Amino acid sequence: MIELGPVWLSLQLAAVTVVVLLILGTPLAWWLAFTRSRFKPGIEALVALPLVLPPTVLGFYLLILLGPAGPIGRFWVQLTDTALTFSFQGLVVASVIYSFPFAVQPLQNAFENVGRGPLEAAATLGAKPLDCFFRVAVPLATRGIVTAIVLGFAHTLGEFGVVLMVGGNIPGETRVVSIAIYEHVETLSYTQAHVLSAGLLVFSFVVLLGVYAYNRRLPINRV
Amino acid sequence: MSTLAIDIRLSRGDFSLRFDAELPLEGITAVFGPSGTGKTTLLRVVAGLEKGAVGRVALGGEPWQDTDRRVMVPAHARRLGYVFQEGRLFPHLSVEGNLHFAAERARRRDRSGHAGQGGRGGRARKVGARAASASDDAMSSVVRALDLKDLLGRKPDTLSGGEIQRVAMGRALLTAPRVMLLDEPLSALDVRRKAEIIPYVERLAGDFGVPVLYVTHNVDEVTRLASSMVLLAEGRLAAIGGVAEILERVELWPITGRLEAGSVLEAIAAETRDGITSLDVEGETMRVPALGVGAGTPVHLRVQARDVAISIERPERLSIRNVMPASLVSIEFTEPPFVELLLDVHGQHLRSRITREAVEDLGLREGQAVFALIKSVAFEGRLLN
Repeated sequence: MIELGPVWLSLQLAAVTVVVLLILGTPLAWWLAFTRSRFKPGIEALVALPLVLPPTVLGFYLLILLGPAGPIGRFWVQLTDTALTFSFQGLVVASVIYSFPFAVQPLQNAFENVGRGPLEAAATLGAKPLDCFFRVAVPLATRGIVTAIVLGFAHTLGEFGVVLMVGGNIPGETRVVSIAIYEHVETLSYTQAHVLSAGLLVFSFVVLLGVYAYNRRLPINRV
Repeated sequence: MSTLAIDIRLSRGDFSLRFDAELPLEGITAVFGPSGTGKTTLLRVVAGLEKGAVGRVALGGEPWQDTDRRVMVPAHARRLGYVFQEGRLFPHLSVEGNLHFAAERARRRDRSGHAGQGGRGGRARKVGARAASASDDAMSSVVRALDLKDLLGRKPDTLSGGEIQRVAMGRALLTAPRVMLLDEPLSALDVRRKAEIIPYVERLAGDFGVPVLYVTHNVDEVTRLASSMVLLAEGRLAAIGGVAEILERVELWPITGRLEAGSVLEAIAAETRDGITSLDVEGETMRVPALGVGAGTPVHLRVQARDVAISIERPERLSIRNVMPASLVSIEFTEPPFVELLLDVHGQHLRSRITREAVEDLGLREGQAVFALIKSVAFEGRLLN
């Protein structure tokens, strides 16, 4: 029997995270792709940090920042009367930060490949900036955008350390699939661990297969 | 005739552009000069694509940029048509999609302009419908003039270089521009393709009546297409004026190119027979390889100084087909062993480059009546009209 609770929670978390990633990551990726600012390398390094840091380090600092005594956590408590740590909202914040490079880097690469050329052409044809973005940049960057969505989604599904540090293991709130598997193994319930693990494995493979097949079919590589 | 007034400074690394002139907006104006002198940058400044430019740009009194008064009209609001060197068609759209991209935005702009004045929705809608049908007309006339009908369903990556530039010109035209900016549109094409595209460029200014600024470093394109020109050298304005006048000026030859030195004759095409077109130059007849233009067409003919020989008697039994009586206006001693002769053929100027020795042997002096000899094959394989 599959426990649907953690699966459903994981999917919800991944979906919300991806939406937030796109909303925050797209403008940043755009800026990184086109800026000549001297701050660019610093920002890029900051965005890439989650790639190299152990999840425990990230989780530790997030715990401090988001905890009721931390600057962000205290503000959240004042705002909502609930703690940010060990809550779904806290998991979203942590997941967004943890998965940030997985969304921003493909987006940035995609925008860089689009380049200024088509955007300048669109502007001389009377297209305003948002028009340029949605009608020229987005179609030309489709591959990168799909990659960002899929990587952001899959990476959030697969995260463990940060969730454990920030979210703990509260059924229906923070008990995502990876945590559930860990717990099953700890309590020697190997059958249930098998079901969830195999499910995650197959799901991840199918998603990646879909992305690679799609990218192969897509005619536009770059301009 | 309105003008494009430019007074602009821009520096980038060790390159700087300083340009202050008023360009005529009539027909085709060439922006000419060696590579790397800022021709493209100048065009981009006019289009509003160079954020670092400081100064003023105004089209017919309408300010596009005025740094002192903090005016900077964005590129999308300038109503200009820009044809980039590499075409820059949108690869995700078909040719038709590319054309529609421009037409749609021009229509939206016209509609919002009218709606703003008209006020009420119903009227705006009616105006919109009229704008829509007007833009359908524009679409079909552009498609016809540039022969794009067979290309409409194709994707840009299946087009040849010449086809790409035709589509790019059509797309730019559909914005109903007040000026067209062409940035070396022929530079990626071979001589034959160039000759195919040139008539289309002429139609922009001719049939559609849109003034064109045409950037090139090819003097043949200048003489073929343009009536006036701007000469740029190292980011500075070197000269501005009529094409014939500027190409003739000896002191500008280091910029226009020593070997390119010559003059431009204005002629009228007559009959073409056996691969030879006869031209009428002030009553004298010249014969050149077939031009592919109908009788009566006015043409510019660039004649290089080194292709003009001099005789003091009318030569008989000679293979050279073009012999024209001329008077010797001046003898300019340039670098040895050559001299440059300026000749007058019934009011038109012609330059000849011969050796100093020949001048002495023939006893040439200013004011003398001579005959200018031009080989017909000197024009072969060159772009001319």
